Amino acid sequence: MSKEYETVIGLEVHVELATKTKIFCGCSTAFGAEPNAHTCPVCTGMPGSLPVLNKQVVEYAMAVGLATNCDITRHCKFDRKNYFYPDNPQNYQISQLYLPICRNGYVEIETGKLSENQKNALKGKTGSDIAESGEIKKKRVGIHEIHMEEDAGKLVHDDWGEVSLVDYNRSGVPLIEIVSEPDMRSAEEVIAYLEKLRMIIQYLGASDCKLQEGSMRADVNLSVREVGSTEFGTRTEMKNLNSFTSITHAIEGERNRQIDILESGGKVIQETRRWDDTKFESYAMRSKEDAQDYRYFPDPDLLPVDIADEWIEKVKAAQPEFREAKIERYKQEYQIPDYDIELITASKRMADIFEEASGICGQPKKVSNWLMVETMRLLKEKSMDPDQIRFSPANLAKLIELVDSKVINNSTAKEVFEVMFDNDTDPAKYVEEHGMKQENDEGAVKAICEKVIAENPQSVADYKGGKDKAIGFLVGQVMKAAKGKADPGTANKILKELLAQ
Amino acid sequence: MSERLNELTAGALGKKIQAKEVSVKEALDATFAAIDEKEESVHAYITLNRDAAYKTADEVQKKIDAGELTSPLAGVPVAIKDNMCTEGLKTTCASKILYNFIPTFTSTAVENLQNAGAIILGKTNMDEFAMGSTTETSAFGVTRNPRDITRVPGGSSGGSAAAVAADECAYALGSDTGGSIRQPAGYCGVVGLKPTYGTVSRYGLIAYGSSLDQIGPLTKDVTDTALILEAISSYDKKDSTSVNRTDTDFTSALVNDVKCLKIGIPRDYFGDGLDPEVAAAVKKAADELKAAGAVVEEFDLSLVKYAIPAYYTIADAEASSNLERFDGIKYGYRAEDFTDLHDLYKKSRSEGFGPEVQRRIMLGSFVLSSGYYDAYYLKALKVKALIKKAFDEAFAKYDLILGPVAPTTAPELGKSLSDPIKMYLGDIYTISVNLAGLPGICLPCGRDSKGLPIGLQLIGDCFKESTLIRTAYTYEQLRGSF
Repeated sequence: MSKEYETVIGLEVHVELATKTKIFCGCSTAFGAEPNAHTCPVCTGMPGSLPVLNKQVVEYAMAVGLATNCDITRHCKFDRKNYFYPDNPQNYQISQLYLPICRNGYVEIETGKLSENQKNALKGKTGSDIAESGEIKKKRVGIHEIHMEEDAGKLVHDDWGEVSLVDYNRSGVPLIEIVSEPDMRSAEEVIAYLEKLRMIIQYLGASDCKLQEGSMRADVNLSVREVGSTEFGTRTEMKNLNSFTSITHAIEGERNRQIDILESGGKVIQETRRWDDTKFESYAMRSKEDAQDYRYFPDPDLLPVDIADEWIEKVKAAQPEFREAKIERYKQEYQIPDYDIELITASKRMADIFEEASGICGQPKKVSNWLMVETMRLLKEKSMDPDQIRFSPANLAKLIELVDSKVINNSTAKEVFEVMFDNDTDPAKYVEEHGMKQENDEGAVKAICEKVIAENPQSVADYKGGKDKAIGFLVGQVMKAAKGKADPGTANKILKELLAQ
Repeated sequence: MSERLNELTAGALGKKIQAKEVSVKEALDATFAAIDEKEESVHAYITLNRDAAYKTADEVQKKIDAGELTSPLAGVPVAIKDNMCTEGLKTTCASKILYNFIPTFTSTAVENLQNAGAIILGKTNMDEFAMGSTTETSAFGVTRNPRDITRVPGGSSGGSAAAVAADECAYALGSDTGGSIRQPAGYCGVVGLKPTYGTVSRYGLIAYGSSLDQIGPLTKDVTDTALILEAISSYDKKDSTSVNRTDTDFTSALVNDVKCLKIGIPRDYFGDGLDPEVAAAVKKAADELKAAGAVVEEFDLSLVKYAIPAYYTIADAEASSNLERFDGIKYGYRAEDFTDLHDLYKKSRSEGFGPEVQRRIMLGSFVLSSGYYDAYYLKALKVKALIKKAFDEAFAKYDLILGPVAPTTAPELGKSLSDPIKMYLGDIYTISVNLAGLPGICLPCGRDSKGLPIGLQLIGDCFKESTLIRTAYTYEQLRGSF
């Protein structure tokens, strides 16, 4: 490579909003129903049907806009985007072009400190995609606009029969599209930006933002230019990116493809390309020449949305405490390590559990330990997101109290927690029902200790001979004989007393 | 019984039914007898609802007898324009593309009538997708004017107007995007009212120009107009453009009094192209109102000549998008031989839509195309706003505006479609009312030398239907029977 190139990236991110009903009708947005079960004349585009705006969609869009420092358009409108395709029952999509609800925002991203997603996505990569290690860089990524629109249905092609089937359950599910400025320069920045957006939106409860399930989808607009140039190169748009890994691969692949074209004296064509993550390559879907004319115009069936200051204030007042503020507060309020705070606040669900459980049992350090160790381990094992955690903060607090009051010991607690993690079982009840209470009768423990001492003369001799570690073996034997129900601390104490005699 | 039940007004028939002088079935028998007698020459209906109508009649009669239905419209038979969805009853928009379409729900306006106990006789003929002024663009044959069967009934609600004029129903519903209720009412010599935009729900009305469409009544007299308008008006959460009005007690406006009412006559409505016989009849009506105590004055409305290009730009733009859903995929007509998805679209739509609809889809698509949107569509919206402003200024001075409904009386069949520009110009007095969202009423004010009805149009400010009804009612008394 004779010249040095810079990658210029802008993103279009679609986020499915977590409303219970669709954007323009009362149908459910729930996943997994029989095809066309959640449909009505409106979302199947029947003649004579009319759309009615779901106010919650406006509220979520506004909340995301306010959290990303956008200006809210006080008088915004819906436009029709006209194109023919069977997944789009009216053959136009109701979207926003001329007056989108949010404009001119930004989010601050941090790079240099790699998150789990970044680490996974960048595994085995070197060079420009990884910033100088150790150094944390802050950067603003501009948000050009956020607009509201409806999702399309799904086509199911029967490879054997000569038919295609349409499922309109997703038709009319509300989306926001967040359009960034071309401010990103690397895959690392792109992922930091996406993680930031996801964090904000999840904190707002506006969406679960799952890339794999399509509730968050990102299209990458990318061009390259010589370092130092102020002109933008010709960009392409990359679609079908459904994981951070495929986004990283696609950025690397497209950057290299464009540089190769320029290096061999060619010209990049403005086009939409589809990334195939199994083949590690993209192919052209359509070029600018055959780009459709969508004939956008204001939808006459919907009134303009006039957003009063009071409404904005109401949404502002309802905004949750975001991660940065939470981190600062945790540092003040809880005596737990900064590392724990970072990890716990990375998920709103986790932070909520932490705060509520700590509030109940008054032991933030212990709550944090359960979250950092056992919860993280089980999430990883079961490849779950923190959002999918089922156990309640109350039950976690109860479990901690059971250990504190010596009803169960730590190893029993771990056993109970695994059950609780799956089913949100009440730990006290479970312990009771399964006879897992620890033996707190010192007399009973003493009897066991005496038996163990009698049966293990060698260890007794070792201990008495100065090998302190031998006590560990004896405690283990006591626990075994007590079927795990003894308190190891008590056993230790009694053993030492007996051996000292 | 010497009196023919089908000839009665809805109000008069309803009273007899409530008084048990007449049964719902007798009313229906008389109406279907008239239909059977006249349909061959008039052809007002696309689809008749005979069996279901008799079934409903039984149910309604029982409720009337039980005292559960006391509406003056209970048991009164109505004809519905075929662009309003009726559950289980074919709704075609007079288009081949919907030749077999049976809706799964009923439009709100029709539902309101059904709740009042109305009996649906059938679906009336119209210009295809309400695009036309003669009912000749229907895919299912023309409707003839009952006053002279060599002439058109007007359009696009020509079937509804003809059914009322021929006493093939007690009253009918039509829809008006640029004059489609008022102009056929004028040609057929019946009363037609287009309400203020937002007064009658558009839910279930198959859209032509969504920002202009309104459903309204076609009736035998002004009393029925008030009665029906009161029944169909409702605030409907399913229509975002629906207006929550509390002033829908229109029958209380049936007052014979126009004293001190200020009526403006736009000089612009009496220029070139207006048939002198029409002009004379309309002026005579104005004189009669003046004699009854109204203050009548001429004024310049201005911008009249810009209404037609603005209207056809906006209505066609909206129509080009509204009609996209008719694609041969989900319902309606699908072409038989196609090679791929786009060929299926092209063939189904080319074969399914008639020439006037295709012309308007092309016009509408063009004005929305990238590069033309600003020059055509946005400019038309600006003209629309200016026209509204001109009316606002007029209504600062006048309670209502009086003029003709159309430049001529009903033209002969087969003479209009060959020159679409001339046909479009015929809408000159009606379309600005839609552009400004105003209410307008048309009622007969005489006949020309050929014996054809002449329509008088009264235009009110937004939400002033009561002023229109009071004036029309007063004029009707002055005029005497038509």
